[in-house]
Formats: sequence, C-alpha cells, structure tokens
Amino acid sequence: MRTNKKRAAGRYLLAGVVELVLVTVASACLSTVHAAEEAGKAEEGKPALGADWQHSKAGTTVEDQAVLQRGARNFASYCLGCHSLKYERWSRMAKDLDIPEDMLEKNILPPGDKPADYVQTTMPAKDAETWFGKTPPDLSLIARSRGPDYLYQFLTTFYADKTRPTGANNLRLPATAMPAVLSELEGVKRAVYKTEGKEQVFDHFDLVAPGRLTPTEYEAFVRDTVTFLDYVGEPSQASRRSLGIWVVLFLLVFTWLAWLMKKEYWKDVH
Amino acid sequence: MAVSNETPGEAPRKGFLGWLNKRLPVDEFVKTQLTGYYAPKNFNIWYFFGSLALLVLVMQLVTGIFLTMFYKPGELTAFDSVEFIMREVDHGWLIRYLHSTGASAFFIVVYLHMFRALLYGSYKAPRELLWLLGMAVYLALMAEAFMGYVLPWGNMSFWGAQVIVNLFGTIPAIGPPLVEWIRGDYGIADATLNRFFSLHVVAVPLGLLLLVLLHLVALRQTGSNNPDGIEIKKNLGKDGHPVDGIPFHPYYTVKDVVGVGVFFVLFAIVVFFVPTFGGLFLEGPNFDQANPMSTPEHIAPVWYFTPYYAILRAVPDQRMGALLMGIAVVSFFFLPWLDKSPVKSMRYRGPISRIMLAVFVVSFIALGYLGLQPAEGLYVMLARIFAVGYFAYFWLMPFYSRVSVDPVKQVPERVVFNAH
Repeated sequence: MRTNKKRAAGRYLLAGVVELVLVTVASACLSTVHAAEEAGKAEEGKPALGADWQHSKAGTTVEDQAVLQRGARNFASYCLGCHSLKYERWSRMAKDLDIPEDMLEKNILPPGDKPADYVQTTMPAKDAETWFGKTPPDLSLIARSRGPDYLYQFLTTFYADKTRPTGANNLRLPATAMPAVLSELEGVKRAVYKTEGKEQVFDHFDLVAPGRLTPTEYEAFVRDTVTFLDYVGEPSQASRRSLGIWVVLFLLVFTWLAWLMKKEYWKDVH
Repeated sequence: MAVSNETPGEAPRKGFLGWLNKRLPVDEFVKTQLTGYYAPKNFNIWYFFGSLALLVLVMQLVTGIFLTMFYKPGELTAFDSVEFIMREVDHGWLIRYLHSTGASAFFIVVYLHMFRALLYGSYKAPRELLWLLGMAVYLALMAEAFMGYVLPWGNMSFWGAQVIVNLFGTIPAIGPPLVEWIRGDYGIADATLNRFFSLHVVAVPLGLLLLVLLHLVALRQTGSNNPDGIEIKKNLGKDGHPVDGIPFHPYYTVKDVVGVGVFFVLFAIVVFFVPTFGGLFLEGPNFDQANPMSTPEHIAPVWYFTPYYAILRAVPDQRMGALLMGIAVVSFFFLPWLDKSPVKSMRYRGPISRIMLAVFVVSFIALGYLGLQPAEGLYVMLARIFAVGYFAYFWLMPFYSRVSVDPVKQVPERVVFNAH
C-alpha cells in the first residue's frame, strides 16, 4: 500500500515535470497560433482605433525568421537614422536572421561599414540633442527594459498634438521627444476624448489622413519591428530555448535513473 | 545494516592508495564523515535542501569564476561587459543566467532549509551553535547577493544600492560618515562598484566557505535532527551505531542525487525558458544602465529581500523602520532561547505552536509580496498587520511554547519510519 503510494507520488512528480515542459512548449506554439488569429481578426475591422490600446499585445515570435527579416528591414529603413543598436553586430544579425553575406554587404550595410561593425546610427549625438532636446536612446535593450508590449503600444499610439514641438504626442509615453516618424506609413491620427465625471479621458483615435498602409498592415509592420527589437534584446534567446528542451529531457532521464538507484539501495533499510 | 565499518582485522591498503593513506587520512575521512556517519533513517523531503544549498554554492562559485573572466568592474565598463558576456562570449548567456537564477535558487533553497529547522525544532539544544552558524551563513549570503546585484550596474542596481546603503545612515551619530565610508564616495559611484566587486568575488565567498565548513563540522558533532525530533544517539544498537541511523553514504548520497535531479529539472526550466522569471529574478529596469539622473518608477529589491523591505516601509519613521528591519533579521538568532517547549518537532507540539508557525509563514510570504508593491494605502496597512504576525512568532514564543500554555504529545522512543 505504502509502496504504491510512494510510487504514485514519484510518478506524479515526473508527470508534473513532463507536463510543465509540455505546457511551456504548447504555450509557445499557442501564442504563435494566437498571433496569427489576431492578425486574421483585424481584417474584419476593429471597433475603434486605439480604444483598447493599454491592453494591446506585441505577440512577438522571435523564432520566425521571416518576421525578423522584415523587422530588420523596417529598423534599417525607419529607425536607424536616429537609433543605434550598439551591442549588435551586423554580421551577428545576418547570421541569426539567415541573411546571406553578399545580400548583407550589397543591400543592408551602410556605406563604409564592415560586417563586424556594431549597428550604429550616423546621426551625430550632439546634433540630435540640439534637434530633439535629447539624444535618441540606443535600442539594443529597449525590449528587455520596457517589454515588447510597451514598444508595440508606444508605436501605435502617436497622435497629432499642436502643443508639442514635434506636432505629435503619444499615449504610452506622454510628451515624448520622438516625432511621429512613422506617420508616412500609419497616417495621422487625432485623439478623441470623452467626459468621465469631471475629467476628459481618451476614447479612441480618428484617422485624419491615411498613410501608405492600412491600419492592419501598420499593426503588422509594428509587430515585425518590435519582434526584431525583442530578438536584439537577447540574440541567443531562440537557441536558449531549443537547447533547453534537450537539457530538460536529459535531466528527466537522469532523475529517473537516480530514482531507480535510490530505490535499489534503500531496499536494505528496514 | 548492510555496511559495516568495524573491520579491525582489515589488511592495510597496498600500492598507491596505501602510500597515500600513510600520508593523508583519506580512508579515515571517508569512514568518519561518510560511511561511518550515521544519519536518522526517517528524513523526508525537507531534508533535501541542505545538500542542495551546498550544490548551489558550488554552482555559484564555478559560474562566478567564469563570469569574472569577462566582467569588468567600473562605472564605464561594467554594464557593457555584462552585455558582452550575454552576446559575444561563447555560451556566456548560459553562464550568466545560471549565476543570476542561482542567486534566487540559493535563497529558495535556504528559506526551505530554514523552514525545516523551524518545523522540526532543529535549532534547539544541542544544536544551538549549528543554528547560529547557519544564520551567519544566511547573513553572509544576504551581503553576497546584495553586492552581486550591484555589479551589472543597471539602474535598479544603482538605486537599490542607494536605498540599502543609506539605511546605515539612520544609525545615530556614526551613520552619515559610515555611509560615506561604505561607498568610498559621496554617492554610489565607481569606487563603490569596485569595492563591492572585490568583496563579492573574494572576501564574502571566503567567509561563506569557512562558515559552511563550520556549519558542517557542527552538524557532524551533534548529528542531524529528524522529523520526530528524537536524538537517535540515545538508542544505540549492539554494533555501537544508532538503531535508527543509517550510514550517510551510500543511503543519503544516493537519495540526495534524486533531489539534485529534481532540483536541476526545475532550475533548467527557469534558466532556459523564463530566466527573468517575469521580472522577479532579473528586473526590467536593470537592463537600463545606471543613471543617477533618472530614478526607476518604483524601487524594489530582488524578491528575497522584500519581506524585510516591506517591514522597513511599514514604519513611518525611517530610523525606526531600519531598526525593525534589523530586528526582523536578527530575531532568528534568538530562536534557540525563545523556544521553551520540551519537544522539538511540530509533530508532537500543541495547536498554538503550529498555528504560530503558520502565522509566521503566511506573514513572511505576504510581506514578500507587499515589498514588491508600491508603499501606499492598503499595502502599508497590510504590511503592518503581517509585520505584527512576523514578530509575534518570535517574541511571544517564550509564552506560547510553554507546556502550560501549549500541551505537548508523548514523543515516541523510536523514529517513525515505514520501509519501502
């Protein structure tokens, strides 16, 4: 009776650990499916633009090379003018994102840069400070310190505001020094407020002037870019997870063998 | 008992081992410390955490050695060198995550180890010194963890250090100059970082190793307690060994290996799949470089210090708060003398002792949670209530642990053990 109980306990423990692993793997898969579903839903047209911005999720999938490549392209075209990735080398990025060397040198590398160079903006920091009031931050670790969701919400909640020197403001980071550089793609949004008690609170955005992308396309653009920044925050995260599965499986087998050995030895203890 | 250590007629070893044993007591050490060291046979799951703490200590030392090869102390180099380890050192990310997760694992294991002592009265005579040495290890571990947290030179490292070091400034008279002496500057700066590095990699680890060694020596002297709180040495068999004891090796070594396996599975899941543990083990603001001009939204220490941090903030007066915080840590040292119960284990104690232990555990966990929240409104009120629970466990113990207040049950002669 007692033996059975103990055995059952052991099995539960093992099953629990296996389940944990499976849940981790499954949730990773699910989040991929989820992101795809979300993207699909957006096609049908959402209630009101930005109404639920505080809860919007980036849904990054750093294992998806196509997403990362698009994100890198977006970053090089729209962010690199002002922002560096001072801890990321071009060559490392090309290797991790499956970008062939000749394509890197021909299409991506800024003139004069070598593949082993770090991803640096050409904008002089001093000028930047004069223009924007502060130097645009390096973005190597921005996804780690703020989180991908923050970045997603930041990049989707710019709106026109004449009181700001840049003509734009942001819900996630009010009074941001960053101009709405993506308005060419996103269009120009106006914030619509509602009265709640005595206060004026944000309700939703009105698209005043459409950009080159539809709202759905723009959201995908931001998601790709944020996913790229997520990767840059921790370039080894994909290999970390793929190595982890083998380590955990090995340890499970090891623990099972150790358990059998313990049982054998403890037969003598009465 | 399968293993006998009494072999008077045994022929002396020949060859290299014979040569070695004439010069170094290898066989004698194994005999007295492992195969001839008898431990109670009724250890349960709570008895895994001592050996696991030793395992984590070794892991921290080894990963720490490798990190030190690449880490560069100094306010201009520290943050960059950590990112260099994360990105450019071969498997540097793994070494760093093993070390950062190891720090949290160390505290989890040590807290469970300490809880075991509270549960089975392992701090009571004759193990008072064993307990005090263990508590000294805990203090050294806190210093080690605190200084280690400053080294990545993130913004939380900086502001956390600012808050904690300033606590010493609340000491009357010597406070302010003491703080300056600790920092080596008028603020947390390069000098502070360099001395914390030195203390973190040399001084405190040496102290820790010495204290752990003394803790183990003291354990060998008194022998382990057990879930029944019975002294197995009082009941010796014909062979001179405790009838309820079994040789530590091989029985507990093979058993501990199972514990190591389970621990490593859980540990690896964190290291490989959730190394920041949702911001609990590695905090988001610490991926921003230290910046004296920008304070993080709210400053909180890492989770293992938050119970004390909650007590600190529960008191409106900062000096009183720091004092209470100190007392909260030091209270553990007095346990052997606060406990007046004639029995050790909770198994044979009355309901009041059990309830008070539960109150303590709930308070400790609740304070840990509250220390992570902003110090405002309801959170402060709750922190005060749970702080009372925390202190009541210790300082009311001389009253509630008496037999007249909390009657005890009959302790059996032999340990409770069911063979498998």
